[in-house]
Amino acid sequence: MRGRAVAAVLVFPGSNCDRDCARAWEAVTGQAADFVWHKETRLPDYDLLILPGGFSFGDYLRCGAIARFSPVIAEVKRLADRGHYVLGICNGFQILTEVGLLPGAMRRNRDLLFICRDVYLRVENIRTDFTCGYSTGAIISYPIAHGDGGFSIDSRGLRELQDKDRIVFRYAGPDGRVVAGGSPNGSLDEIAGIINGRGNVLGLMPHPERLAEAILGGDDGRVMFQSIFQTITGATV
Amino acid sequence: MSDLDRDRIDPWREHGLTTAEYELIIQLMGRKPNYGEMALFGIMWSEHCSYKNSRAQLRKFPTTGPQVIQGPGENAGVVDVGDGWGVAFKIESHNHPSAIEPYQGAATGIGGIIRDIFAVGARPIASLDSLRFGALDNNRTRRLLNGVVAGIAGYGNCLGIPTVAGEVYFHPDYQENPLVGAMSVGLVRVDRIFKGSATGVGNVVMVVGAKTGRDGIKGASFASEELSDSDTDKRPNVQVGDPFMEKLLLEATLEILDRGLVIGLQDLGAAGLTSSAAEMAGRAGNGLYLDIDKVPLREEGLTPWEIMLSESQERMLLVVDPIRVGDIQAVFDKWDLDAAAIGEVTGDGYFTVRKGQEILARVPAGLLTDQAPVNFRSVREPAYFKEKKKADFICEHEYGDVAELFKRLLASPNLASRRWIYEQYDHMVGLNTVGRPGGDAAVLRLPGGSRKGLALTVDCNSRYVYLNPRLGGAIAVAEAARNLAAVGARPLALTNCLNFGNPENPEIYWQFVQATDGLAEAARILDIPVTGGNVSFYNEYNGRPIPPTPTIGMVGLLDEIENRLTVDFKVSGDLIFVVGKTREELGASEVHYLLTGRDEGEVPELDLALALRLNQFLVVAAGRKLLRSAHDVAEGGLAVALAESALAGGLGVDLKIELDVSPPALLFGESQSRVVISVRPDRSGELETLARSFALPLTYLGVVGGRDFRLVAGGLALVVPLAELADLHQNSLARLAAL
Repeated sequence: MRGRAVAAVLVFPGSNCDRDCARAWEAVTGQAADFVWHKETRLPDYDLLILPGGFSFGDYLRCGAIARFSPVIAEVKRLADRGHYVLGICNGFQILTEVGLLPGAMRRNRDLLFICRDVYLRVENIRTDFTCGYSTGAIISYPIAHGDGGFSIDSRGLRELQDKDRIVFRYAGPDGRVVAGGSPNGSLDEIAGIINGRGNVLGLMPHPERLAEAILGGDDGRVMFQSIFQTITGATV
Repeated sequence: MSDLDRDRIDPWREHGLTTAEYELIIQLMGRKPNYGEMALFGIMWSEHCSYKNSRAQLRKFPTTGPQVIQGPGENAGVVDVGDGWGVAFKIESHNHPSAIEPYQGAATGIGGIIRDIFAVGARPIASLDSLRFGALDNNRTRRLLNGVVAGIAGYGNCLGIPTVAGEVYFHPDYQENPLVGAMSVGLVRVDRIFKGSATGVGNVVMVVGAKTGRDGIKGASFASEELSDSDTDKRPNVQVGDPFMEKLLLEATLEILDRGLVIGLQDLGAAGLTSSAAEMAGRAGNGLYLDIDKVPLREEGLTPWEIMLSESQERMLLVVDPIRVGDIQAVFDKWDLDAAAIGEVTGDGYFTVRKGQEILARVPAGLLTDQAPVNFRSVREPAYFKEKKKADFICEHEYGDVAELFKRLLASPNLASRRWIYEQYDHMVGLNTVGRPGGDAAVLRLPGGSRKGLALTVDCNSRYVYLNPRLGGAIAVAEAARNLAAVGARPLALTNCLNFGNPENPEIYWQFVQATDGLAEAARILDIPVTGGNVSFYNEYNGRPIPPTPTIGMVGLLDEIENRLTVDFKVSGDLIFVVGKTREELGASEVHYLLTGRDEGEVPELDLALALRLNQFLVVAAGRKLLRSAHDVAEGGLAVALAESALAGGLGVDLKIELDVSPPALLFGESQSRVVISVRPDRSGELETLARSFALPLTYLGVVGGRDFRLVAGGLALVVPLAELADLHQNSLARLAAL
């Protein structure tokens, strides 16, 4: 295992899960994560960049629409192009779709209300470096907390996600069944998280960092951080 | 004609001053105040800023204790939670703005109280809300409810401060004057608590954050008037919130505090620069001048007094050493915020407003902050107080189908699950929320790997306060304390939000005096000091007052967060008990109101000594991991408390209750100081011993298990499938609130 920090959490003005991501990362891996201000133009070669949840720039326009112009985004793209890992959670996922590192876009929730609650997810793909610690078809629980989480994409894009096995998480019932229209937010094909073609950029609306310690009501999120940490460092935690 | 030489008949009335107050000002200043000075007095002597109608009464509250680090008078109270940490907390109302513009009114209410918390140097970690609306069966109430909840969500969620607990009640007398109370809680190192004090002559006064615009002019005096039909044109008096700006301001402010760049600070709330600057000067016993030409403005053409009175949100006033100004500007620059030096602390004791070199107003600061006349209002016991005590309660045989009534209660606006509201609030951000909304109190973990837990609640039953203000005021404190004890926490301190009608009406003032006397007595006996709060009078609409609503916000501490208690029944076969005494008490009850639409009857008795023992018992029992669940018995009585525990755990119950009261009182009566608990069968002996040692009545009720809510008492049998109750309880509010 390398001694230096492998992960950094990006901080946009309006990010509000930046500390949470770093805290969960440290709780699970024992390693501190760096914070990187959005105005940075040159980043060290972090193995993992986390784009946290929140309301970057207030998100009074489309979520993430302003954050994509932040100076640091060029570095995010550079590292992603070189195969480094990028994880976008909630607002981070929205930003990744705006940047174009992931396809699709997020619409207002179906009921037009912000929703904060635990949801069940089915892990659809455990062959990613983010989810390799889960078992096939695992039913896990992460919280959601968003007002704009209805994943949408054109039919060609959807087919590609389906055919290339790039849908990583789907909203499910407690019994693990995925039912059409069963997502809490109106997401197309009940999609909660997707990965890029190369397998190094993951975006998801639910918050793994919020259930990574048992005291908070569950630790299903732990496995995601363990998986990626193990992939990067070869060390088990 | 300029603002300054206006000379009209009784110009002081425009500023809300009485003739007597105006004459007092002349006497104190030794001359006539000019227009601007009159505006200063009008604002600073308004009820909102001076508490002139309540100060005498507030002095009765106990405010000290070994745990109290900072009591009333500063931006927020602070209590010691050990390990070098303090908890700063305060509640405040934003009622009138929310009546006019619910989204912005509620949003800026949250924003304002959060600034009070970071003004003491604390990082806000949680918000709570206390809401009152009219009956839900009309469109206006639904619009207000949806708007207020969306406003709290929109602001708090964006800031990333979780809204972890709250309360909401519906009653027709709040129809046009809803109540929106917001409580904020923050964490601060005990050696890094900042004060809102302008110390050090020669230090620089800075305004930081958002630019100043024309919004919210005269909000403070607006808050000190009654609402009427013509008030829709007061929409410009309502401030507009920008949570993104607040987030930047929060981070930038905490950064400069952390780096030790600031001497004193205060948020700009009601009456904007005027009250913040005057209060900071007043607290330090210093003078201070402001040059309004230096205030960054959002738009052109603001008059000097618009600048001084603007309630533009997301601004703070700092007092700093002159050599730090550059460092501070650099930090605010990073966050793309303004930070402008606009004045200086002076040794002359005068609050001076300048425009360049021209002096617009010059008043001794102490006159503004400390010399507002204290009003000892007259009181008169209202006729209703005795009349309403008499009530004919529905007899057992008139109840009809008890199962139907039980279901109606669980689905009624005041008792249905609040899930529809708290799921719109991000209640988890921050990773501290261990006990989520839906229980008796929220529980948060504390930093640095601490084993302790912080418990938070807000509560008030205004029907009790209306029918018996003194007893109702005491019950509000006891109920809040019980909420904390029911999660296993020791109450530490409380903040209050005292919402009443027009204090110039002797019957309203009687309510106020009685309720605060009751509150003070309960706080003394339960040993819970008051560390701050807010008074909101003039909550009336076209002369009709709201029910008196002294809301209590309370914080408590668990020594071991792992020992916290939750409401849910957990294991089939566990034994269920009620601790406390169930009396023949149906007065002032929710069931009586549901059946008759009337607020009447005797308010339940309160034995404060027993209440204290019950709380102590719960803390000890939690520490010994003796209980599997605990749930406070409140509105709706024993049956509702049992149903809530069953629903939370997804487990049925089989109960056979033998108590010496009528079945209606047994099921739905609201006798105070009771808690429903469940316990492993092999530990019931230990439970009985412990209850006896605290001299607490303990009654066995039945066992956990099955899929039904099954209750037999006397000749009455109540059997309802849990699944049916679950839908009614969980989803009813969403259905009732739908626009």
